[in-house]
Amino acid sequence: MPNKTFFWFFLPTGLAMILFIGLPIISTGIQSFYAQHDQVVKEVKKCDPFGCTVSIVVDNEETTKIRDAKPLGKFNGFGTYTDRNHLAVDEIKKFWNETESFGAFVDQVTNLPFYKALIFTLTYCLFVTPNVLLLGFIIALSLNAVARKIRGPLIFGTILPMIVTPLVGSLVLFWMIDSQGIIGANIQNLMNDPYLSLKSSKTLTWITIIIYGIWHHSPFAFVVFYAALQTVPQEPIEAAIIDGASRFQRIKHIVLPHIYPVVTFVALISLMDNFRVFEPIIGFSAEGSAQSLSWLIYDNLVNEEVILFGSAAATSMMTIIGIAILLAPVLIRTWKEFKTAR
Amino acid sequence: MDYGLDTKSTRLKTFNTIFIITWLLIACFPFIWTFWGSFKVRADFFSRSDWWYAISAFNTLVETGGKFTTNAYTEAWTEGEFWKASKNTIIVTVFVVSISLFLGTLGAYALSRSTEKYAFWILMIALIFRAMPHITLVSGYLFPFFELQIWGILPTTIVVLVAINQPFTLWLLYSFFKTVPKELDESALIDGCSYFQAFRHIIMPVMWPGVITAGLFSLMLAYNDFTVTALLLNQENHTMVPKIQSYLGTNQHEGNLMWAVSAVVSATAPLFMLVMFFQRQVISGLTAGAVKG
Repeated sequence: MPNKTFFWFFLPTGLAMILFIGLPIISTGIQSFYAQHDQVVKEVKKCDPFGCTVSIVVDNEETTKIRDAKPLGKFNGFGTYTDRNHLAVDEIKKFWNETESFGAFVDQVTNLPFYKALIFTLTYCLFVTPNVLLLGFIIALSLNAVARKIRGPLIFGTILPMIVTPLVGSLVLFWMIDSQGIIGANIQNLMNDPYLSLKSSKTLTWITIIIYGIWHHSPFAFVVFYAALQTVPQEPIEAAIIDGASRFQRIKHIVLPHIYPVVTFVALISLMDNFRVFEPIIGFSAEGSAQSLSWLIYDNLVNEEVILFGSAAATSMMTIIGIAILLAPVLIRTWKEFKTAR
Repeated sequence: MDYGLDTKSTRLKTFNTIFIITWLLIACFPFIWTFWGSFKVRADFFSRSDWWYAISAFNTLVETGGKFTTNAYTEAWTEGEFWKASKNTIIVTVFVVSISLFLGTLGAYALSRSTEKYAFWILMIALIFRAMPHITLVSGYLFPFFELQIWGILPTTIVVLVAINQPFTLWLLYSFFKTVPKELDESALIDGCSYFQAFRHIIMPVMWPGVITAGLFSLMLAYNDFTVTALLLNQENHTMVPKIQSYLGTNQHEGNLMWAVSAVVSATAPLFMLVMFFQRQVISGLTAGAVKG
């Protein structure tokens, strides 16, 4: 296709992506170097028959004036990145000097908001992704073994957790495992502990969200693996059966190598999706004990008093860097393949 | 082809059946349970004292005189203004699907027929864009949108959702158009058609299977979106998913849980129907990127 024709065909979609994905990333980058204005305060002298008191109040008029003049806020350089709510450089230095043992230092650092969120996000990715691959593969194998006639409805039932939005999916589960829900109430009765609930324990909350993640993402892995299983050639499997290979050996030496490229694809997609975990935290109302990077950004953006654009943007930029690190191996590999293909 | 070589032992078959039944229970029971509970009163569905209330409908009987009640639905749809939210969802979904298919088919067709290097790079950039967490993009939108005073209205959200949706649509339709033989449109070009005429008369009639799949995924994205709609729309224009979240209540105001339950059922039911009808397309779409390469 000639370049000119290509240009006109691609213009609308390219424009949409540049304007609403490319530019926002740049806008986020710029915003991250600015911080909201401080409120202008003035001293007010109040005198009554008993004497004068000086109090400090917010000068709303002046504050609005400054905000209107420079809506982006004041230039802060890398200040937002290094403050307590983000990389917390000073705090970490202080902890390093003050704490005696390394364990205490790690403890202190993981209590800082950004590191707390980073650790939750990574833990979530680390536990959900492999389990999704495993469970999806097992379901695919086992559905592949049932009679073709009843597979349709079974597949429909299997993909339900995936097609609902994460907020709805997590709510539906939360209403069951909450202390007033069917599972939660029964566990309380079984354990004979009326205070046992999701919200009371950080570990329980984390486990619940991770289980939710596996529940929500496994169907995707299942669908892809199931489709890949249909393309596995039959001849080598039959040869293996005649040679006396066990079922497990057949899966390990024939099926798995055949669907290996698909496994990397599923792992990549679910890693990308898991890294942005955010809605389940709202669905499970788990803000208290589990925060993710995306949730931090959301929290800054729905701030009641003044939206913390700068802070949200700084977290966003670091999230994007995280995504870039995750994607780097794939991109490098594709680039190498592309170069050798030419 | 099965020659009966791969015989399974009965033990394995039983184990397999048990596993599938267990998994289906885990996958589907939460939805069935929520559907069942949406016809009860709050004291039954969220009962601390006795979970059996949810089955026996003790409080529902006391409060409404029947074992099932549709109060939660009527209240959420009228008082809770869920009708408005569903109207907004329909508007957003219809526009997002039609616009993204229009843009996507043109772009993906061009990508699939281009032999230049930049087509590869565009696809790679689209992949990177696909990986961007939506919330990071929203943090980029909010400030400019406030300044331009286009925050809170439906058209802005529609355009944003279309753009966010483009990378995936492009990839999906790209791999679909690759399966349409090049010779089809090339012969039309030789006969003197322009590229656009070839697209209009040769490609359009055969592209519907791919377009339906891509449309379904755009629909699911627009219908299910929370991040963008919750932050870019004002209270008046909220679509269904942010509306459900607002029923949950915050520290400042108490929500109405039963409204949320009935709203969840109302929002999920159409989606399930749709997937039931188009199951084949959904599955082929999910596997398009993976199996075809």
